[in-house]
Amino acid sequence: MASYSGGKSNGGEGSSHQELHVLAVDDSLVDRKVITSLLRKSKYRVTAVDSGKRALELLDTEPNVNMIITDYSMPEMTGYELLKKVKESSELCQIPVVIMSSENVPTRINRCLEEGAEDFLLKPVQLSDVSRLCNRVLR
Amino acid sequence: MASAPFKAQLTDLLNSMFAMDFLDEQFKELQMLEEASGPGFLTEVVTLFCGDAERIISQLDALLNEPAVDFGKVDANVHQLKGSSSSVGAKRVALVCIKFRNVCQENDKEGCIAALHEIRHEFDELRKKFQTMLQLEQQIQDLDSK
Repeated sequence: MASYSGGKSNGGEGSSHQELHVLAVDDSLVDRKVITSLLRKSKYRVTAVDSGKRALELLDTEPNVNMIITDYSMPEMTGYELLKKVKESSELCQIPVVIMSSENVPTRINRCLEEGAEDFLLKPVQLSDVSRLCNRVLR
Repeated sequence: MASAPFKAQLTDLLNSMFAMDFLDEQFKELQMLEEASGPGFLTEVVTLFCGDAERIISQLDALLNEPAVDFGKVDANVHQLKGSSSSVGAKRVALVCIKFRNVCQENDKEGCIAALHEIRHEFDELRKKFQTMLQLEQQIQDLDSK
């Protein structure tokens, strides 16, 4: 699957590979299951939530999130809107955010990268996408 | 080994599902993930998908039976079904979803109803095959654990 890279990587702070914590955000139950398994196979600790609102609630209480991977198309708060809120926050802006989407829309992709997304993955996401992404973003 | 005939049946079933485009390469990704995640992963994903698809198809049916169809909501539901079917490798269902979205974007109610019937047909066929697959996997697991 294609991915579109942009910006510099902001990794965790010297955590061991096994302790790196990824927050996955997707309103689809099936996709949450799949992305969680892909990330856990790559040995990351994963928390999966079903909305941008829940993601922000968790980020408020859980400081140790090393990367956020979020679906673009979600009701109420899109992945782009979540990305903006993260990048506008002084506490959260250093966390790399990756967007996933089933639609290859160049204007959407560019908008996300310009807003500070680390990468943009096209769904269905595969293990090779996750491995390449995490090797680059989380060191 | 007692499970050998069931393993052969399962292999034949999966091969035919790939050959007839019920499944695509994404399903092979999930099979690889099962090897890492342990038995039960594929069962869980397939079961989640079938439940999700059934729910969405029912919602689409209700939406298309409204006197004034909200094509925005119809499109959102089809988009969701397309997403989850792509994620599990349910190729034929995903392809019909694309057709559905095209007629939906033209606000073509009759076209949407026809597309929904097609989705229902494709999903029913796939679900039967998934059920057979899961039954065979269970039989294999039971025999191999003895």
